[in-house]
Amino acid sequence: MKKKWLTMLLAASMVASMGTSVAFAEEETEGPSAVTTVGPDEGTHFELWSFVDLHNNFYANMVNEWNEANPDKQVQITFSTYPYGEMHNKLMMSLQAGSGAPDICDIEIGQFPNYIGDDCPLYPLTDAMAPYADTMVEARMNVYSKADGTRIGVPTHVGAFVMYWNAAIFEEYGLDYKSVKTWDDYTALGEQLKEASNGEVFLTSVDTGGVDWMSLAMAEYGEDWTGGPDGEPNVQLDSVQKMLTMQQEWLNNGIAMISTDGHTDTDGCRATILDGKIASFPKAMWYMSRFKDYMPDEAGKWDITTCPVFEDGQKCSFGAGGTGTVVTNQCENPELAAEWLTWAKCSEAGQRHIWNDLGFDVCNTAFWSDEEFAYDESNIYNTYFRVKPYEVLNQLAEADAIGTVYTTTISPTINDYMCTTALNEILEDGRDVAEVLQEAQDVVDMEM
Amino acid sequence: MNKAKKLLYSQKIAPYVFVLPFILSLLIFWLYPLVTGITMSFQDVTFGGKAWIGTAHYAKLAGDKFFKIAVLNSVEYMALTLLLMVPIPMLLAVLMESRLTKARGVWKVIMYVPALTSVVISGLLFRLMFSEGVNGQMNVIMAAFGKPAQAWLKSKGTGWCALLLLCVWRWTGVNMLYYVAGLKAIDTSLYESGDIDGANGWQKFRYITIPLLKPTTVYVITISVFAGLSMFLESFMIWNGNSSPKNIGLTIVGYLYKRGIEKNDMGYACAVGVILMVIALAINFAQLLATGTFSLKKKKGE
Repeated sequence: MKKKWLTMLLAASMVASMGTSVAFAEEETEGPSAVTTVGPDEGTHFELWSFVDLHNNFYANMVNEWNEANPDKQVQITFSTYPYGEMHNKLMMSLQAGSGAPDICDIEIGQFPNYIGDDCPLYPLTDAMAPYADTMVEARMNVYSKADGTRIGVPTHVGAFVMYWNAAIFEEYGLDYKSVKTWDDYTALGEQLKEASNGEVFLTSVDTGGVDWMSLAMAEYGEDWTGGPDGEPNVQLDSVQKMLTMQQEWLNNGIAMISTDGHTDTDGCRATILDGKIASFPKAMWYMSRFKDYMPDEAGKWDITTCPVFEDGQKCSFGAGGTGTVVTNQCENPELAAEWLTWAKCSEAGQRHIWNDLGFDVCNTAFWSDEEFAYDESNIYNTYFRVKPYEVLNQLAEADAIGTVYTTTISPTINDYMCTTALNEILEDGRDVAEVLQEAQDVVDMEM
Repeated sequence: MNKAKKLLYSQKIAPYVFVLPFILSLLIFWLYPLVTGITMSFQDVTFGGKAWIGTAHYAKLAGDKFFKIAVLNSVEYMALTLLLMVPIPMLLAVLMESRLTKARGVWKVIMYVPALTSVVISGLLFRLMFSEGVNGQMNVIMAAFGKPAQAWLKSKGTGWCALLLLCVWRWTGVNMLYYVAGLKAIDTSLYESGDIDGANGWQKFRYITIPLLKPTTVYVITISVFAGLSMFLESFMIWNGNSSPKNIGLTIVGYLYKRGIEKNDMGYACAVGVILMVIALAINFAQLLATGTFSLKKKKGE
């Protein structure tokens, strides 16, 4: 009899161990790195996912400020931060499966095209954004919209594309970079710098692993290789050809080098910048935070201006990179979520935190010219650079110089082919621009 | 009551109870995803739902030049890792077991430690080591020999050096331990009789060690084939993402990830996965047949 009990016990323990092994398997999948809940228990509860811890800190501040200002519409939000890839995977899986998605979520712009189709699983935000829409940068709202114009994501920053100059280098060689207006001026300056520095310092570095230069050229000519929300994709644009031909000439003449590790936002290229090997490069406004975080000793050396243009009167910037925050269709109280979200990211209180805490160029232009908001010296960026960043932004705003470059469902394909193959062949191997772009177009056509 | 008791103590049912955990986990974590994956490869998967589209994904795959690059890369990687990861660990294991080697435990630990590091960290380190910047470790070494800096990760030859080096560095210790275990199972009297017959060291290795290590070799090859074909994370970490210059680091699983996750086309990604499974099964099957694993079992059964 005893033996029988033993067998039963063994069998039971095996079944139980199976249960625990399943539980362990679940635990072992990488969880969020931080989960916090902010707000009173009686408030309406939301789940929010992000892939940047700082974003969640910002949202947490906004929950507290909202609850103070709106005692009748209290919210409570649970914030989870996941690694970039994992968060986007989880979000997509849960939206496809129809359950398990958060109420509110950050989506990086490169991932956004996955959500803009007819079967869009996101809550429309056009109405909620209406109170702020007049003063928001139009181009940034457009990139987080569906083809029919429905807004589905709230932008975080403009990411205005500007030119960063190592002013200390130009001073050392007695060269004037401030008078550069066109790419011809820029090229001429490069020749001077090459001569003055004996070829030691390059004017700039061109990217084989990023398409920002191409987007800038397209914004200048008002073209778009995605074709926009309802056009046909075409990578063989004049603007792209001109930019690539010019870059090839720079490389041939020793004016420019190829960005270490592909583009300027890499450890390798930051080392190149720190070594003083390149004297200028165009990049989005958010690159300021890289200076602050990775190159604190460079303070006072760098200047920011608008980018050169091919022809006078062209736009000279576009919004690069970014994060759109969305409300999903699994949210039970989407009106309130949308109202809180747009308030948090577009209102004055929100814009203040975005500029001072996150260091981004804010999307609501109503505050750009506000002395106290934009030029306060307590904000590190106002003292780090030789110019106050919002002075450059206001120049762009006055000239209406920020163009739109769309991110559509074909964007991942175009970007992928450009960054893996086309740019390497043109810039590294020196292949004919037209030929390579024709091959790129073939790839794009195959995907359509 | 009696019937229930009978059922509970039935000798026929008991074995099934004992294998139940394994069968259940097989069904839930293996068979279910497999079947869903195969069905999804015939569907267009969207947020709205799934729509049958027949073999359209496979037709597209047949003409997809990036898929061809991915398959070739994966097969090449598998072949090269086999060339490296079978002989080197085998020789090291023999060295480890040799009486002439001092401090064997220490060497074993040192060899095994890389396997405990995360691929993410080691891939990141290898990326920094092989950085094209002049401060990258490999370029510093090049400079010491008076050679110009190289863009290591931008061309296939040098990029794959990094990739294979990472593989060898991480997995040699593991494969070596398999071989050490295999060596321990070889009866020492065989070597003694070899000595008596006047065999030299090489002859003993060639005619005793290698044949008797065959089960281990078959096992190592089998797992290496699958690990090589399904390699993804190493390439993902070395090239800092799924996009490598001219797709030199694109693997089948990398392509699956690109299609399913980056381009939100789960149906197409499933088709890629099914092809990967077919290739892996075909290679493993052929290899197991060639090494006589199946016939061995038959003989025993007879």
